[in-house]
Amino acid sequence: MIVRLMGEGQYRVDDACLTRLNELDDGAVEALEREDEAELDARLDEMWGVVRDQGNRLDDGDLTPSDLIIPPSDLTLEETRALFSEQGLIPDLPA
Amino acid sequence: MAGLMGRATTVVKAKFSKLLDNAEDPNETLDYSYEQQLTLLQNVKRGVADVVTSKKRLQLQTTQLEQSLLKLETQARAALAAGREDLARAALERKTTTQEQLRGLDEQVKGLEAQQEKLIASERQLSAKIEAFRSQKEVIKAQYSAAEAQVRIGEAATGIGEQMADTGLAIQRARDKTEDMQARAGAMDELIASGTLEDFTSDKTQLDRELEQISSQSQVDSELARLKGELGAGAERKELRP
Repeated sequence: MIVRLMGEGQYRVDDACLTRLNELDDGAVEALEREDEAELDARLDEMWGVVRDQGNRLDDGDLTPSDLIIPPSDLTLEETRALFSEQGLIPDLPA
Repeated sequence: MAGLMGRATTVVKAKFSKLLDNAEDPNETLDYSYEQQLTLLQNVKRGVADVVTSKKRLQLQTTQLEQSLLKLETQARAALAAGREDLARAALERKTTTQEQLRGLDEQVKGLEAQQEKLIASERQLSAKIEAFRSQKEVIKAQYSAAEAQVRIGEAATGIGEQMADTGLAIQRARDKTEDMQARAGAMDELIASGTLEDFTSDKTQLDRELEQISSQSQVDSELARLKGELGAGAERKELRP
């Protein structure tokens, strides 16, 4: 599986790593629902750590699409919510 | 409910596929996408320049504030020598406020530096991907039938679209941050120009202010005592004169 750390780059990860990521992801969703920003940031940081430590970084010139995208932990709770809203935090691409 | 990873993935991909819907012919899609990429790369370069400009401005203000610290210290000393403790106190109070402003500026400069690094990393990744896309695009055009090309283009375009969305987010955030900094820098310029550095825009509570008052009061007191000590010998000599 290929995972993108938003703002950093793409990594190839194995199944064991993916299982761990899914556990952490569940915790992150719960934290977001509880509006617990500290907990959310901690879970996201852990996810980033797992990918960085256990994944293999893809070359910058690699064009393979990612299977999963992990948001950065320095987003505020509001930015994280905006990221998932209809308009999204991600700006429109140049037309 | 889908996980955060799943939702982020969906959002990012949706953003780019909407863009590609505009072009249907494979060759057109390739050229169209390539143009978008170049435009975005231009935006990133501008974003980096914006961040650097803001940082320079804050650094300039830091220098100005450091100079005003020296000036205030000199003024306090002069006021005390002239026996005007009230003026010396006022100057030292301003010095304390200026020191706080300086600490704030340091943090902002660090924030901008982090932003600058992220943007530069994004720019590097995007450039590498655009280069890879450019060479693939010619191969796809030359070697594949329309059906095959469609599949290959889908892959390459999704891969680069993701990077574009990611880089777009990095620029957007840097821009928000720089705008915020520039507004603050503008306010700071005015304060420096008018010589008053009181923070009228802070959202501190009355209690915060009073607590700060106490600590800045004691700092002022100890600085006054220090200056008095330093001037002690000089003052005595003065009194001996007829």
